[in-house]
Amino acid sequence: MTTDVEAPTPPKKDEERPESFLSLFLRNLWSANTVTVTALSILLALVIGAVLMVVSDSTVLSKFSYFTARPSDALTASWDLISAAYADLFRGAIFDPAAVQAWFDGTGTWQAAFNPISETLTYAAPLVFTGLAVAIAFRGGLFNIGGQGQAVIGCVTSAVAGFAFGLPPVINLVVALLFGILGGALWGFVPGLLKARTGAHEVITTIMLNYTATLFLSWLILQKGVQDPNRTDAISKTVDASAQLPAMPSPLRVHLGIVLAVLAVIGISWLINRSAFGFELRAVGVNPPAARTAGMSVARTYTLLMVVSGALAGLGGAVQVLGTADKLTPQVAGNIGFDGLLVALLGRNKPWGTLFAAILYGALRAGGNLMQADVGISLELVTVVQALIVIFIAAPALIKAIFQLRAARSARLGTSMAKGW
Amino acid sequence: MANDHIDITVEPGEVHALLGENGAGKSTLMNQLYGLLQPDEGEILVNGEAKVFRSPRDAIAAGIGMVHQHFMLVPVFTVADNIALGAEDVRGGPLGILDRRRMRRDVLATSQKYGLPIDPDALVENLPVGAQQRVEIVKALIRDVDLLILDEPTAVLTPQETDELLGVMRSLAETGKSIVFITHKLREVKAIADRITVIRRGRTVGTASPDTSEDELAALMVGREVSLEVTKGAAEPGREVLKVRGLVVDDDRGVRAVDGIDLDVRAGEVLGIAGVQGNGQTELVEAIMGLRAATAGTMQLDNEDLGALSTKKILQSGVGYIPEDRSLDGVVKEFSVAENLVLDMYDRPPYGNAVRLNPKAIADNAAERVTQFDIRTSSAESAVGTLSGGNQQKVVVAREMSRPLRLMIASQPTRGVDVGSIEFIHNQIVHERDNGTAVLVVSSELDEVVGLADRIAVMYRGRILATVSPGMPREEIGLLMAGITGADEEEGTK
Repeated sequence: MTTDVEAPTPPKKDEERPESFLSLFLRNLWSANTVTVTALSILLALVIGAVLMVVSDSTVLSKFSYFTARPSDALTASWDLISAAYADLFRGAIFDPAAVQAWFDGTGTWQAAFNPISETLTYAAPLVFTGLAVAIAFRGGLFNIGGQGQAVIGCVTSAVAGFAFGLPPVINLVVALLFGILGGALWGFVPGLLKARTGAHEVITTIMLNYTATLFLSWLILQKGVQDPNRTDAISKTVDASAQLPAMPSPLRVHLGIVLAVLAVIGISWLINRSAFGFELRAVGVNPPAARTAGMSVARTYTLLMVVSGALAGLGGAVQVLGTADKLTPQVAGNIGFDGLLVALLGRNKPWGTLFAAILYGALRAGGNLMQADVGISLELVTVVQALIVIFIAAPALIKAIFQLRAARSARLGTSMAKGW
Repeated sequence: MANDHIDITVEPGEVHALLGENGAGKSTLMNQLYGLLQPDEGEILVNGEAKVFRSPRDAIAAGIGMVHQHFMLVPVFTVADNIALGAEDVRGGPLGILDRRRMRRDVLATSQKYGLPIDPDALVENLPVGAQQRVEIVKALIRDVDLLILDEPTAVLTPQETDELLGVMRSLAETGKSIVFITHKLREVKAIADRITVIRRGRTVGTASPDTSEDELAALMVGREVSLEVTKGAAEPGREVLKVRGLVVDDDRGVRAVDGIDLDVRAGEVLGIAGVQGNGQTELVEAIMGLRAATAGTMQLDNEDLGALSTKKILQSGVGYIPEDRSLDGVVKEFSVAENLVLDMYDRPPYGNAVRLNPKAIADNAAERVTQFDIRTSSAESAVGTLSGGNQQKVVVAREMSRPLRLMIASQPTRGVDVGSIEFIHNQIVHERDNGTAVLVVSSELDEVVGLADRIAVMYRGRILATVSPGMPREEIGLLMAGITGADEEEGTK
C-alpha cells in the first residue's frame, strides 16, 4: 500500500533534472500514473457505455441491418443517440447551458442554473462519508464491507433522535448527527472487537451485520412510535424541521451535508497523516508484527479503527436521512454503503481522492437521472459505467496494456485493494 | 545500472564464488543467466554457443539451474510433488493422471546419486530450512543441469547445515557440475571456492584465488580497508541491570522453548548468547520484550518486574531492541526512513504526543541520524524498503540507540548485512556498552558472539549449558552449541 500524503497525486515532477517542467510534464503524462490511469479508465468506461447504448436501442440497431448499403444512416443515428445521452449526462450533472442562458436573459431562475451541480453534490455528500469509512479502515489493513450496515444504523439512530426528542433548534440537529455517529460507531465497534479479541475476520462479521442492520430497519419502521401514524405502509415519522440539515432554497436540494463532508475529509486527512493514531493505523495496516514490536497495540488499533470507520459511515447515513430523505423507509440508505467501497477504491483510499471520487459518482448519478428522463436510457447504464470505471482502476495493468502507457517512474501504481482477505 | 559490462567464465567441475556486498549486482547478474532478466548488452555463451534466455525454462533447457535465496516451494505439497512441479510426469496426455510413483522414484534416485538425503513423502512445511534447501537442489539436479547457481544459500543455515552444504557442493563439483556460489561470507568462500570473482557496484573488481586473505577479499568487496575484528577495550561491569530467574516460555505450537533460564546482564558489559538457531533464543528475547507470555519465572530490570509491563512500557523504560527479523519486525518497509526512525517513539516528545505528531521534530531527528549513522539513502523521505539490508539495519540501530538506554537487546544484529555495515554496527554496540548500557547480543554466528561478548552463554534446547569467556577455543564453544558438555565425549561436531 501507499503511504504518501493525500490529494490526487499530480504527475510526478522531478526537480533535480535540468529538463523543463513542461517537457517533463508531457513525458510523464503518458505514463501509468494515478491521474492518467483514472482519466483513461473513465474514458474507456464511457466508450463501452456508448457501445451498450447503441446495442440496446432497437431503432438504432435496425439501421445497422442495412449498414453495408447505407452506413451513414447507422452511424448518424448512433452518433445522435450517444451525443444526446452524454450531453444529458453533462447537463444533468454539471450545468445546463440553456438554463444558464435563461437566467442571464431573465427568463429563468438562478436555481435552475445551479440545479445540476446541486443534484451532484446532494448525491455525493453521503458517499464521501461512506467512502472515507472504507478508505481509513483499509489504510489500517481492515476491509470494512460493513459500511452499508453502519450507514443504515446511522440513518435509524439519527432519524429517531430527529423526530423523538423535540429539542430546540441547532441542538436538535447536533444531537441527531451525534446519534448517527454513535449508531455507526457501535456497529463498527462490534466487528472491531471481535477481530481484536478472537481474530474473527472483519469481512465475514461486517457482511453479517449488514443483514442485521437492514432487517432491523425494516422491523423498526413498523413499530408504534416510529411508523407514521397516518400511513399503513413502511414509512416512519418525518424528522423535525429543526433537526434537518439546512438546505439551499427549493427546488435546490443541496444541503449542509456536503460542507460537513469536506470538513470530514480535512479531519480524516489530518488523522491519517498527522496524528499519533494515524501513525499507528498506517503501521498496523502494512506491517502488524513491526507495529507490535515497536510497542503499539494492534488489537486496540483495530478496535478503535473500526469505531472511527463505523462512525464515518453512520454519519453518512445521518446526512442521508437528515439532508435528503427526512424520514425512514426500508430503502432509505439506498446503496450508499456499498458505493462507498467503490468510491474509496476510485479515490485510492486517500481522503481527498475519496472526495473527488464521490463527486464523480454523484455527477454520474445526477446526470443519469436526466439521461433517463430525456433520452430514455435506463439509469442502469450509469451503474454499468460506474462499475466499469472501478474495474479498470482495479486492474491498472489492463489500462496500461490498452493504451500502451509507459511504466510510471514511481512504481506506486499497484492494484490497490488486492489485499484484505 | 546494476551490472556494468561484467565478464565471468565458469569452468566445468568448478566452484566459482561470486563475492560482493548486498546490492553489488550479484543477484542481478545471475538472474540474467537464469532468464529472469534480459541483459541490455552483451551475450551469454553456453559451451561456446551464444544463447538468449527469455525465461527460466530456456535456461533450464540449456542446463542452468538456480536455487534462490528465498525458496520457491509450495509448503503444503510433499517433497516429491514440489520437485515434479513444472515438469510433472503425466500419463495419457495433458489431461492424464500424474505418475506419482515414477516421480517419487526419480526423486529418490537423484537424491541417492548425489548424496542429498531427502524424504520424498514429507511435507515441505514440516522440514527444517536445511532440508528445504536440499529439496531445491534436487529439484535443479533432476532437471539435469550442468551449472547450478546458489544465491546466498548459507544465509538461512545453521553452522552445521552450512558445513553440510559445503560438502554437497564439493561432491557435486567432483561429478563435473559447475557451481556458482553467491555469497558475502568470506569464511565460506575460502573454504569451498576454486575461483573467486569479486563484484562491486555492478563491475567485476577482481578475480582472486581462495588463498587470498580474508582482509584482502573484504577490502576488494568494500573498496576500502575494513577491520573484521571487533576492537574493544576491557569491560567494566557495573550493577546487574537485567536479572532473569527460572524463565520458562512456550513457542507458538505450545512446545517448551525456554526451559528454566537464569541470566544476568550487567551494566557496561556485553553478554553474548551463542547457539544454533531455534534453541529458544527467539522466545527468550520475545519474553523479555513482553512480546510473548512467560509460563514461569521472573524478569527484572533494575528490580522492576518486566513481566507486568507492556512492550511499549518496556521500550519506554530504557530498553533498546533490535529484533532478529528485520523486515518483519524491525522496520515498516512502506514507511519513510524518517518515520521508521521514530517507530517506537512517535507518541513521545519531541516527536509527538498521544494525539498528534510533530513532523518537524521527526524530520530533524531523521536528518541527524542519517548523518550520524551513515545511512545511505537518497532522502529521509524514501521508503525504507528501497534501502539495502545493511542500511535498513542501520535505521533500526539508529532508532534504538537514539535514546538513553539501560539495556540493549540485539538479536542477530548483522544478519543479511554487508561487511562494511557489520563493522559499523559492531562498533555502535561496543560504543553503547562503553556508555554503561547492559547489552545482550543473541547471534547464531559464533564469530559475532565471540567478537562482541565479554561473557558468552551457550544455549541449547532452551537451557543455558554453560557461561564461558570469549577466550575459550572456538571448537569447544562449537561442541557446547551442539549440546555436548562433558570432556568424555570426543567425537566432535564435524
